[in-house]
Amino acid sequence: MTASGRRVVITGIGVVAPGSMGREGFWEMITAGRTATRRITFFDPSRFRSQVAAEVDFDGRKLGLTAHEVHRNDRFVQMAMVAADEAVADSGLTFGAGGADDAPDPDRVGVTLGSAVGATMRLENEYVAVSDAGSHWLVDPRYASRFLHQALVPSCGATELAVRFGAHGPATVVSTGCTSGIDAVGYGAQLIEDGDADVVIAGASDAPISPISMACFDTIRATTANNADPEHASKPFDARRDGFVMGEGAAVLVLEELEHARQRGAEVYCEVSGYANRCNAFHMTGLRPDGIEMAEAIGLALDQGRIDPDEVGYVNAHGSGTKQNDRHETAAVKRSLGPTAQQVSMSSIKSMVGHSLGAIGSIEIAATALAVKRGVVPPTANYGVPDPECDLDYVPNTAREQKVDVALSVGSGFGGFQSAIVLASPDRRSA
Amino acid sequence: MTRLLVTGIGVVAPSGVGVEAHWSSLVRGEPAIRPIEGFDTDQYGVTLAGQVRDFDPKAFVAPQLMVQTDRWTWTSLAAATLAAQDAGYEAPEDAYATSVFLAAGSGGNEFSQHEIQGLWAKGPKSVGAYQSIAWFYAASTGQLSIRDGYKGPSGVVVSEGAGGLDSIGWARRVARRGTPAVLVGGTEAGVTPYALLCQATSGRLSTATRPEDAYKPFDRRANGHVIGEGGAILLLEEAGAARARGAQQVWGEVVGYGATHDAHHHEDPAPDATQYARAIRLSLADAGITPDDVDLVLADGAGVPELDALELEALQRVFGGRATPVPVTAPSSWTGRLMAGGSALNVATALLAMRDGIVPGTAHLDDPVDAPGVDLVQQNRVQDVGTVVVLARGFGGFNSSLVLRRHQEEQAA
Repeated sequence: MTASGRRVVITGIGVVAPGSMGREGFWEMITAGRTATRRITFFDPSRFRSQVAAEVDFDGRKLGLTAHEVHRNDRFVQMAMVAADEAVADSGLTFGAGGADDAPDPDRVGVTLGSAVGATMRLENEYVAVSDAGSHWLVDPRYASRFLHQALVPSCGATELAVRFGAHGPATVVSTGCTSGIDAVGYGAQLIEDGDADVVIAGASDAPISPISMACFDTIRATTANNADPEHASKPFDARRDGFVMGEGAAVLVLEELEHARQRGAEVYCEVSGYANRCNAFHMTGLRPDGIEMAEAIGLALDQGRIDPDEVGYVNAHGSGTKQNDRHETAAVKRSLGPTAQQVSMSSIKSMVGHSLGAIGSIEIAATALAVKRGVVPPTANYGVPDPECDLDYVPNTAREQKVDVALSVGSGFGGFQSAIVLASPDRRSA
Repeated sequence: MTRLLVTGIGVVAPSGVGVEAHWSSLVRGEPAIRPIEGFDTDQYGVTLAGQVRDFDPKAFVAPQLMVQTDRWTWTSLAAATLAAQDAGYEAPEDAYATSVFLAAGSGGNEFSQHEIQGLWAKGPKSVGAYQSIAWFYAASTGQLSIRDGYKGPSGVVVSEGAGGLDSIGWARRVARRGTPAVLVGGTEAGVTPYALLCQATSGRLSTATRPEDAYKPFDRRANGHVIGEGGAILLLEEAGAARARGAQQVWGEVVGYGATHDAHHHEDPAPDATQYARAIRLSLADAGITPDDVDLVLADGAGVPELDALELEALQRVFGGRATPVPVTAPSSWTGRLMAGGSALNVATALLAMRDGIVPGTAHLDDPVDAPGVDLVQQNRVQDVGTVVVLARGFGGFNSSLVLRRHQEEQAA
């Protein structure tokens, strides 16, 4: 919260996640500890080192998109649109001119959509067509489809959402790699705090399960090689972990200024109490084991909400399942929460839904908001063998009923970005 | 109230490398739009672009970093170096005190095309170790943060052509929350075979073959735009911090910003300029000024007749009540549209105009369209520029407006 005193709450949640349908399907799945990772079906992965991914069985047409919306948009935009539809319906808000009496002023509705790699899938597919499967450097325009400018520049995703809901406020795509999904929600909250919007449609989407994405993570061995057992390939914090499992999906949240939500009697999931981002200025892909910069971001995010570390009951971890990430993050949580780290519940839903790059930050915020609202903490699936360097309570394999007043969701990404967001129960303190 | 000053400018653009090279090219009216070099354009129907010539990446980027990065990142790293040099800025002891908040548009195009071609022609093992860090939209921000040791809250925004201004809008939020120095702006490198093809599908690129016919914003013969590469990176510093370190110069002060979205159609602009005009009004209100206080507007200058007309309508709506028409110029006409880099470059140009009291004219504006209430600047003009508005639009309906003012030392309280 800034000097303006304007506070931000979440009043709608929409999710497109692997292995499930919508917000409730997602919540049921992750609290059941079920995994959605499988052998890749989108293309023949046999020539790749990592052949596992968490795919969404997604059909935009069946989920309310028009034929033209599907035709002109990459999968990442389509998933964002479907998630946004669900979030907006959940919020009870009506958008656009001539709506209900309590409809927000269209000029005061913003959009912040995160995406790490944008329309990478469409760009690759189209490239294959115009280059005759990579045989020409000088691509042939005769084989190009109509909407490649939108594929090249991912801001089209923010445009589609703005058009969809008649949102005339500030709109942008946020592309900070794997922290995009946290940063997009953090920026959306800042728009409201700073008085530039009353409602923000904020979230993230990525659809990176394509040959080029799999190949580029293959060469640096960031992804799992556990092809023999795809359902149990994502093993965050477990000593046997060997890399992340690629995922895809989207989550969109309706962020609303607290008084705006109150006046219309909206159901509130939680408050966005703090957000901070720092860079490690160390390495594009490497992480130092000390976790100093992530700890700095966590500390600042807590400070903004005037929250003491011992109030944190749940940490939704980045928990990608790479050797260095999980060690780095464990150190960061210990450094920032102090003795509380030993008691806090900390879990990685990437064990179940994989790592959807920029999207996962928003999907994890959705999970965290639901955990705060419903008093259930999702587990870390596939957890079996403790790692001495990862020695916190990772909520192994089984969800936990637990009242959560304050929760933290953190992320870490290529480029050195470290982000933290704090969600608090609305009845944590009298507002 | 956080006051943000521009204390350093780094330009890597078709008009030149370095802020003075860019300015002298612009003032002398040297067209930087020329036939595309580097690949054969016969099959594209588009033959012209603003390419950054006279750029030696080796002068700015270490050899081991060059192989890990795209030309886009080379231009970003070079522009950031030039901005820091221009400001006399050295990373302070507190690494968290500097942020990098850039706009991106199309990522590491040439690098990525090469890797995807290898993948499909030869198989997954041909993809190198750096594709995962060279293409994605955060690559330049990340590399810059790492190279120069900046750990402050950093980000990347994508709003097509409006991005350069939006990065400044977001940097103000960062500064309000306590980070005293932010590198903003951005560059692009999309004059490559596949990226050119992608941009051509917008239907907004001119197919003219002579530079003087190709990109003519506000001219009756406007027929689209020409793409370009490069851009600018600027250093913004909170006034107190700039003073405390003894900053050697202040280019100007960022005093207002506004952003809206047409929210009308996935590619066509709204049929009226309501939201564009609102973005301008928001920025003026934010700056606490009226339309009468504005000395100059740097227009988006799309070069597409319909978009030009809408921009003039927005200007008319905001500035139409003035006693004297507002001077408007579109310097992108000299360099081509550099997507996210273009609006950042226009901020640099606006500050140069402010410094020297010279307004560069719009290139090839031979036969201007009717523009009631607007004074379209055709030739260079000597004029005091104390307050300037920079406008930018992004494909799909993004409208952004930034107000810059000549710096005045604070009065003693």
